[in-house]
Formats: sequence, C-alpha cells, structure tokens
Amino acid sequence: MSLLEIEDLHVVAGDREILKGVSLKLEEGETCALFGPNGSGKSTLLATIMGYGMTTVTSGKIFFKGKNITHMSVDQRSKLGIGMMMQRPPNVVGVTLGNLVAATAKNGKGVVGVEKEFKMQDFMDRDVNVGFSGGEIKRSELLQLTAQAPDFVMLDEPESGVDLENIDLIGKKVHELIYGKEGTDNGGRKVSAFVITHTGQIMDYIGADKAYVLIHGRIAREGDPNAILEDIKTNGYGVEDE
Amino acid sequence: MTRIDENEVKKALDKPAAYGEDIDLNEYVEGDREVEQIENITDTPEDLKKRMINVGVEADDDGKEGTILFIDNAMSHCSNKAQEGLIIMNTQKALEMYPWARDYYWSAIDPTKDKYTAKTYQEDSDGYFIYVKAGYHIKTPVQTCMMLAKNRSVQNLHNIIIVDDNASLDMVTGCTTVHHANQALHVGVSEMFIGNNSSLSFTMVHSWSDQTAVRPRTNVLMGKNSNYVNNYVVLDPVGTIQSFPNAYLNGEGARCSFNTMCIAHENSNIDTGGCAVLNAPNTGAEIVSRNISYGGKMIARGKLVGNAPGAKAHLECKSIILKDGGVTHAIPELEASCSDVEMTHEAAVGKIAQEQIDYLMTRGLSQDEAVSMIVRGFLVGGIRGLPTNLQSEIDAAIEKANEGN
Ligand SMILES: Nc1ncnc2c1ncn2[C@@H]1O[C@H](COP(=O)(O)OP(=O)(O)OP(=O)(O)O)[C@@H](O)[C@H]1O
Ligand SMILES: [Mg+2]
Repeated sequence: MSLLEIEDLHVVAGDREILKGVSLKLEEGETCALFGPNGSGKSTLLATIMGYGMTTVTSGKIFFKGKNITHMSVDQRSKLGIGMMMQRPPNVVGVTLGNLVAATAKNGKGVVGVEKEFKMQDFMDRDVNVGFSGGEIKRSELLQLTAQAPDFVMLDEPESGVDLENIDLIGKKVHELIYGKEGTDNGGRKVSAFVITHTGQIMDYIGADKAYVLIHGRIAREGDPNAILEDIKTNGYGVEDE
Repeated sequence: MTRIDENEVKKALDKPAAYGEDIDLNEYVEGDREVEQIENITDTPEDLKKRMINVGVEADDDGKEGTILFIDNAMSHCSNKAQEGLIIMNTQKALEMYPWARDYYWSAIDPTKDKYTAKTYQEDSDGYFIYVKAGYHIKTPVQTCMMLAKNRSVQNLHNIIIVDDNASLDMVTGCTTVHHANQALHVGVSEMFIGNNSSLSFTMVHSWSDQTAVRPRTNVLMGKNSNYVNNYVVLDPVGTIQSFPNAYLNGEGARCSFNTMCIAHENSNIDTGGCAVLNAPNTGAEIVSRNISYGGKMIARGKLVGNAPGAKAHLECKSIILKDGGVTHAIPELEASCSDVEMTHEAAVGKIAQEQIDYLMTRGLSQDEAVSMIVRGFLVGGIRGLPTNLQSEIDAAIEKANEGN
C-alpha cells in the first residue's frame, strides 16, 4: 500500500464544495509537487489531510500508513507522522514560538535549540506569528517542523514571499527535513513530501518525483513534475481563476 | 474629612449597589474584632499559611518591606522592616495617632454610595493604613492578607493607602477564606491617594470559597504625573463578586491601568471592571480585562470618562467561553465632555478560534493541551507586568478547571 492514498474525496468548506472527487497516491520516500491556479483547492486539500475543522469530508477516504485517517483528530494524525507548513498560520497571542517549539519537540522526535540555524533566535519569546513577516513565518514553521520531525511533510508554498537569500536558507532546511542533515543519511530513509508551489523554485532544492495539477477541485493532470511545470509556464493552466 | 450627614448614611444602609445582585446584610453576623495575635509571621498556623500562599502572600516575609494580616475584622499581625518613610498599622490606630490621617478618612469615597460603604462607615471598621512619606521609594512590596475565618459573618474593612509626593510603593494583597468559613461576606472599602510624581502598583489576588460574597469598594485619587497600576486576579470558584474600582486622574499627566483576570467557574457570579475618570489634561488610562467562563456568569465592565484635553485612553474586554451554561457579558463604556480626547475600546466574547486549536494540534498537542496553552496565553499574554509568581497559580487554576470539565 502507498504511504498516502486518497480516494474520491469530496470536501466542503464554508458551505461550498471545494474538492470534487480527488484521488491520488504518494509512495513512501516520494516527493510530490502540487500545482494549480489560485483558489483551485490546494490548501484545502492539505487542510483536509491534516483534519482541520474548517473542512468537512462529505465522501471519500484518506489512508495514511494503511490506516483510514479520514475522521481522525489532528493530533492523532500528527502523532502518526504527518507534518504541515501552513500557507497562513494563525496568530496565537500569548503563546511564544519558544513554548510551541518545546511542546512540539515533546510530542515529536525532532531537535530543539537550533533556532539560530533558522535565524529565529530573536523570535523565541515572541508570540507565534504575531507581527511576523512573510519570510519569518516560513522559517518559524520550518523550525517547528524540525522539532517534530514528521515522516511525511506537507509544505504549502514554502518559498512564496521569501527573498532570494532566505529562499536559499529555506530550500536547504527543507532539504534537511527530507534527507536529514548533511553528513548523516537519516538511516537511509527519506521523508516523504507533498509540496504546493507556483514557481517550482523549491524543486531546485529538493527535486520532485511526480506532480499533480488541481483545477476546480479536481485532479486535472498527473505526471513528470518538470514537464508539467514547463507546460504551465508556457501555456498556463488553460482555465479562468475560479 | 468632608462633612458627612449621619442621617443620609443611615438611609443608605438599605441602598443596593449600582451593579451586582443585592445582598441582605442581615443574613450575616458581625465579624470578630478580637483575634489571636501572631507575633512572627512565620509562626502563622499551617492551614492559614497555605491559604496565604494561594493568594501570593508569603508567610516568609524575607523579600517584603512589611506584612499585615487581618483575620475577620481585626489585625492579627503587622510588621514593618523599612526603617524610614513607611508607616504600616491598622486604620483605627492611625486615626488616633496621626490627626492628619483624618483628612483622608472617607475623603475619597462617599459613605452613602451604597449599603456596603454605609455599613463600613457605621461600624468604624478597621483595616490597613499604609503611608509612604514624600520622597521615599519603598523597594520591595508591602504585602497584606485579608482572611475570612468566621462562617456566616461579614468582614468589614476600611483600608487607606497614601503615597505622598515623589514616592513609590508596590502592594501585594491577597484575600481569602479559611475552609470552614464558606458562607461569608467580604466588604472592603479602600481609599487610595497618590501624590504628585508618585506611583502605586496594587496587585490583588482573591481566592474565595464557592459561596463567598465579595463587595470591594475602591477609589483612587491621583496627583500630577502620578501612576497607578491595578492588577486584580480571581482564579478560584466564588459565590458572587461585584467590584468596580474608580481612579480619578486629577493631576496633569497622570496615568493608570486596570488589569483584570477572572475565571468564572460554574455557579460563580462575577461582575468586575474598572473606571478611569480623566479629569486633567494629558492624562492616560488603559483598562484591560481577560476572562474565562467555565459555565459561570461573567460581566466585564470598563468605563472611561474623558473630561480634559489631551486625554488618551483605551479599554479592552475580552472573554473566552469554554463551557456553555453561563452568561458572559462585556460592557465597555466611553464618555467624553471635551472634544480633544482620544478614547477607544475593543470587546470580544466567544470561543477560541478553531484554527488556533488546529494549529497547535498539528504539532502534536492534544485538544486539551492546545486549549490550555491558548487559554494561558490569552490570560497572561494580554496583561503586562503581572508578578511572575502568579504564573504558576494561573497554570494550576487552568489545569484544575480543565479537569473538572
Ligand atoms: N473556510 C472557507 N470559507 C469559504 N471559502 C473557503 C474556505 N476555505 C476555502 N475556501 C475557498 O475555497 C477555494 C479554494 O481555496 P484554497 O485555499 O484551497 O485555494 P488554493 O488552491 O490553495 O489557492 P492559492 O493558490 O491562492 O493558495 C477558494 O475559492 C477559497 O475562497
Ligand atoms: Mg493555498
């Protein structure tokens, strides 16, 4: 069985059907890119895999590591090894980044004390995400994921809004998250990843084994990531924004 | 002391308070005015000590400039380590010893305000009297503990705090009940005076029993460039509290802030808040309240009155409801009699945003852990300058409340 299997998933968010029968598979150790125009439902798909309250699965199933997780709580999914970098994580007033990283590490199997590597050492006492810039949010999310060390990581536009120098940092840190730290081989294992990207920049750092294209809540295409990206760059998605 | 009409006070004995449910004073017997004297605060009986620590008062008074313990209506302990500049004693004794103390007595609060002030007036109630001489900055806090020990009694207190010009004082006061005194009434009249260029920080922690009734009456008169900080914390179950302290910013450039943090447990009825009256130019006030309801009744009030140019103030009442069954009510009020003022308010009542809970659960925290972390952040994060020793009390209260729900 695949690491992640989604069967004919229908999802409602905010009284509207956003995902209209999504099926896909992701193998262990695989990195998969997810393309699609704005509003096509990419973030909603990741939110549904994570189990967020804003999504309601009306039909279909999600399997992870062979388990039906369709109605599992968010923390159970996290403990099964799913990790997530949100596109727009919420502000949590009164909860500092340091506290959240510590709590994450307690439940996960990653490392703490590496905030300097993420240029986040001055943010540990700040309320998480409150007043963080776009790039700071990405680095903070990655720091949290490093404390969790999931087996499968979902990244929602890790490079968007990030300047060139920081893209390099983020690219390298995502690489570490997937392949392990330089010089270590992660026990020969490679963490699986599902990455939403509009530009494909992150693929320069972590590569991709395959890609899906989501349009109007349906998988419109599946195949070689570079070929698909080239095609999108030259011909566009061939649809109006929803 | 201004002239007080005894007849009016007598009439006021039946006058219900402006807010909160009315309490029949006849249901309570008088509190004792003779209590055991504790010479050395470390000799306080263990059960009392525990209750003191609960409200942030240290039975070992090493880090404190002075300590006062009241049990019911009488002082049981009083110590003053400051060599100069600080007077600490009971109010009635101060009135005897210092004729000038009379000038302050009943000068900030009108005894005919309601039945609680009237009763306190009629009883010539005792309380603590704290005076900081002009020019003195009292380095470590003065702590007071007001304990209710006699069941079905009314504790009537009259406290006076005076910080003279160019001086400063930190006060930590804890009010609590001894376990067998569950059904009792606490009435505390507090008159505070802050001189020019002076500051007073007043932190009050209440930990009552689930049937205690509490009616504090506090007014603060503030001079030029003075500063007043009021922190009020109620974490444990209580019967009913109604408290609405008023600060009068009468001197130019005065600043005050009221921070209130309450947990309304099931069957608790809490009505709290604060009022700042900005009477002088360029004064500033901030009223912040953060409350949690676990099924109790919670009314969060706040009132700003702008009467002078350049007055600037902000009011923020936020409550989270964690359990249905109670009522949560935010009542922010802004009143201005002058065009050149800037007063704003923000009020919010509701549950925790699901998105925040989901976010923390993504990192492996359970639903309960996520809620606790957010609740703690909500309570502590919104209020600056809270004494750090309170934080562990807050954690314990949140944990206890979560367990019971
Ligand atoms: N809670 C919600 N309430 C209302 N509409 C929602 C909600 N969540 C998602 N939607 C809508 O669903 C659609 C898909 O949103 P989603 O965030 O999944 O898009 P996306 O593919 O990630 O887009 P982008 O590339 O812009 O990030 C959008 O039209 C969005 O407005
Ligand atoms: Mg998106």
